[in-house]
Amino acid sequence: MRYAMAVDTKKCVGCSDCVVACQTENNVPIGFCRDWVVEVTDGTYPQLEIELRSERCNHCANAPCVRCCPTGASHIVEGGIVLVKPNKCIGCGACIASCPYDARYPHPKGYVDKCTFCIHRVKEGMKPACVAVCPTKCMYFGDLDDPNSEVSVILKKRKSKTLIPEAGTQPQLYFLI
Amino acid sequence: MNEELIISGRENLMVDPQLHIWHWPIPLYLFLGGLAAGVLFFAALYYLLGKEEQYRAAVRRVPFIAPVALVLGLAALFYDLNHKAFFWQLYTTIRIQSPMSWGAWTLLVITTASFIWCALHIREFFPRWDWKYKWLKDIEVFFNKNKKPLAWVILIFAIITGVYTGILLSAFNARPLWNTSVLGPLFLASGLSAGAASIVLASKNREERLLFTKIDLIILGTELFLIVHMFMGFLASTQVQQEAAQLFLGGPYTMVFWIFVVVLGIIIPGVLDLMELWGKHIPALIPGVLVLMGSFAFRFVFVFAGQVSRWLY
Ligand code: SF4
Ligand code: SF4
Repeated sequence: MRYAMAVDTKKCVGCSDCVVACQTENNVPIGFCRDWVVEVTDGTYPQLEIELRSERCNHCANAPCVRCCPTGASHIVEGGIVLVKPNKCIGCGACIASCPYDARYPHPKGYVDKCTFCIHRVKEGMKPACVAVCPTKCMYFGDLDDPNSEVSVILKKRKSKTLIPEAGTQPQLYFLI
Repeated sequence: MNEELIISGRENLMVDPQLHIWHWPIPLYLFLGGLAAGVLFFAALYYLLGKEEQYRAAVRRVPFIAPVALVLGLAALFYDLNHKAFFWQLYTTIRIQSPMSWGAWTLLVITTASFIWCALHIREFFPRWDWKYKWLKDIEVFFNKNKKPLAWVILIFAIITGVYTGILLSAFNARPLWNTSVLGPLFLASGLSAGAASIVLASKNREERLLFTKIDLIILGTELFLIVHMFMGFLASTQVQQEAAQLFLGGPYTMVFWIFVVVLGIIIPGVLDLMELWGKHIPALIPGVLVLMGSFAFRFVFVFAGQVSRWLY
């Protein structure tokens, strides 16, 4: 099993509903977020192009944050989801420094926190909160090993990219372009 | 134009707008670790070379810096942890791929060994020292008999500790400035030069002072070579590493790096060492303190600048 997510940059309108949905669903402390929306403006006026991306942890298949964690608090569970065990985490910050996407943050309680692909919902057969709430339905989630999953189907149909693959992290968050 | 904005307003503390997860205790810890590695390396080396009597300060006295530095360094590291109550989790596992993990174990070994080494030489400072309990005396007798193996352990672990202070950073490919394999040898050299400088500062024997002035000079030269080498590597590398190098070549860290680390920390003390060797009398305090400050500044500049360097996307 290999969970992955695809975000359609052509459909996203940058409303940030996904961010709020995540904060509510996961009780993210005020002032922090596990996902965020980036707007990239490219070109010279009047020929400007805008790309909108809802970003979060890429649940990298070759995750530097897991590699550098001294206690094993950062670990990978079935389906390739990267998680942190709060009562194993010493809050050293190594994983935060090791993530090229700055996808982690220190929780005010001391341990490190990040996107979990809403594993608690996925286990119940639901979609992650951000995917479920998106008003433009621009996100797809599922198992890449299953050729019929939403995410496999859309990735076959559309062109996609990942973020800084040259960092060697093998990110599993795809952006449809 | 190419502009990237986080429009949902991400303001994660210590991550935005620039990574700042590691504060002053981390470079302090790296400096103290490097210093301890330096003094222990020379103590073990000259003991194993049979020069214990000749170089008393190096073998017997200066190593007393090490346990103090290591304990202070570990305290600094502990202070910068965000989840302190779980500190012990570090010592429930060894994770070879995580420098922080094997570094923590290395520090445990070298700190213990440094305490034993100092206990064996405690009479340098307290000639009438007497261990109160028999078991302590037994331990002393045991390690006196096995001083050679102890010195070997210290020698090897001092090198590992010195290299570790650099590898801790160079293992992060997410921070292009740190991600260079030169950093291990470079920080080892910086630690060794701090160690040699401490011996020059503490020794009262002219021959010993001259020897360590020479050693210091060689290490400072090596450091300078490694720094040039590092920049050549950065400038010939990918765009992210070229931009990382720009932090020191016109960017915000240019002045601190070239003035405090290179000129005041390496070149001037190197020239003063050279003058001393040529027979001009230079008060040992000046190059010694400059080298220590340079080594200290080096870790600060690197830890802070590295957190600013990043991948672009
Ligand atoms: S995006 Fe960052 S936190 Fe997530 S798995 Fe990759 S390296 Fe780790
Ligand atoms: S902060 Fe926690 S999860 Fe991150 S590397 Fe340190 S111990 Fe592991």
